[in-house]
Amino acid sequence: MSRAPDALSCLPSQTVGPFFHLGLTAETALGRLASAGAKGERIRLRLRLFDGDGLPVPDGIVELWQADASGKYNHPADTQDREPDPAFCGFGRLATGADGTCAFDTVRPGRVPDGQGSCQASHILVSVFARGLLGRLCTRLYFDGDPALEEDPLLMLVPEDRRRTLIAEPDPASPACWQFDIHLQGERETVFFDL
Amino acid sequence: MNVYPRPESGDQPSLLYPPYTATVRRAPAMPAIPAPHTLSELTGPLYGHHPIGDADNDLTRQRAGDPVGERIVVAGRVLDEDGRPIPHTLVELWQANAAGRYFHENDNHAAPLDPNFTGAGRTITSEDGNYRFVTIKPGAYPWRNHPNAWRPAHIHFSLFGPCFITRLVTQMYFPNDPLMPFDPISQSIPDPRARQRLVSRLDLDLTQPEWALGYRFDIVLRGREATPFEGRL
Repeated sequence: MSRAPDALSCLPSQTVGPFFHLGLTAETALGRLASAGAKGERIRLRLRLFDGDGLPVPDGIVELWQADASGKYNHPADTQDREPDPAFCGFGRLATGADGTCAFDTVRPGRVPDGQGSCQASHILVSVFARGLLGRLCTRLYFDGDPALEEDPLLMLVPEDRRRTLIAEPDPASPACWQFDIHLQGERETVFFDL
Repeated sequence: MNVYPRPESGDQPSLLYPPYTATVRRAPAMPAIPAPHTLSELTGPLYGHHPIGDADNDLTRQRAGDPVGERIVVAGRVLDEDGRPIPHTLVELWQANAAGRYFHENDNHAAPLDPNFTGAGRTITSEDGNYRFVTIKPGAYPWRNHPNAWRPAHIHFSLFGPCFITRLVTQMYFPNDPLMPFDPISQSIPDPRARQRLVSRLDLDLTQPEWALGYRFDIVLRGREATPFEGRL
């Protein structure tokens, strides 16, 4: 595929810098994607962001995008024949705290079509921005123990020894709580996708 | 399937750019894995659930008094790569005040805060993709990247566009800023023409006589393959 000869080019990205809180994270409600009446299995996602030295990144920003519990996106491009859950917002956005963490209250997303006649495993798209990141990093969060992981087409593109970096794990100490570590660099570097 | 063609190399900064020292321990070392565009990537937050306030696009009217500094209009169009306007999309911005200081607890620059300027705004593009802000021209400020490092005056922009893929966070610069050649953040963009696209231009048509200078900054987001070229099926 190629573009028309007179096509414009998208603008280069630049870092969010250390002061993005002013413009991007004033609304604390964006940590809660599921309001009281939302359907599905309620979960809390605790994300931790680490740099190449294994130190927490205290000035990052994490955004989530996900389908509702039935696997429907609240977006006109999702033409599946049902309405999105009105009590659910598929978008979340939080800054990391001094310990590099942030926590979202959401529901476990339903499976969505893979465009090949089958379904993807339950997943959430994750964007990471920070001082020192000149562009957005895109990754995916999957759920440990999901039998559909074996057949997820995106996960199959990832070398087997790195798939682990995309899988959230249940926190044994707190029910319905999942832990997802993002390593920007280093031995456990998270897989990022070129979209 | 890739519905949105990937950007040209040279148009986007390389994530590891050692002159910008914070990239050294934060840029991923492994290459990103090319992934197809599924329904997940082709949808995205429309972000219409928080109403836009009356003064959200006028940063000079958000507090009790007038902020100090040079009042400016910053306006332009949000387009895709085929030149089609992107209507009803959120544009967020944030910036330092005229003295080069952010209204942020972590900014320790010894320049005055302005109680009448918070430096954050947002708006929604019109039907034909236009946006407009009134603000104060931000000052340059020092940072600790290297000895005597100063950021050129800039305004941070954040946009969503029609889907997850089109998300963009960038910075707008001002014409002929002598600090730009020394700024590793803008210099991280390899192609000088791409870098130049982040520089706004003085526009007398946007300028309001005896009131505010106008700067035009058109924002191009990634576009879908327009129409598949015939004969390529």
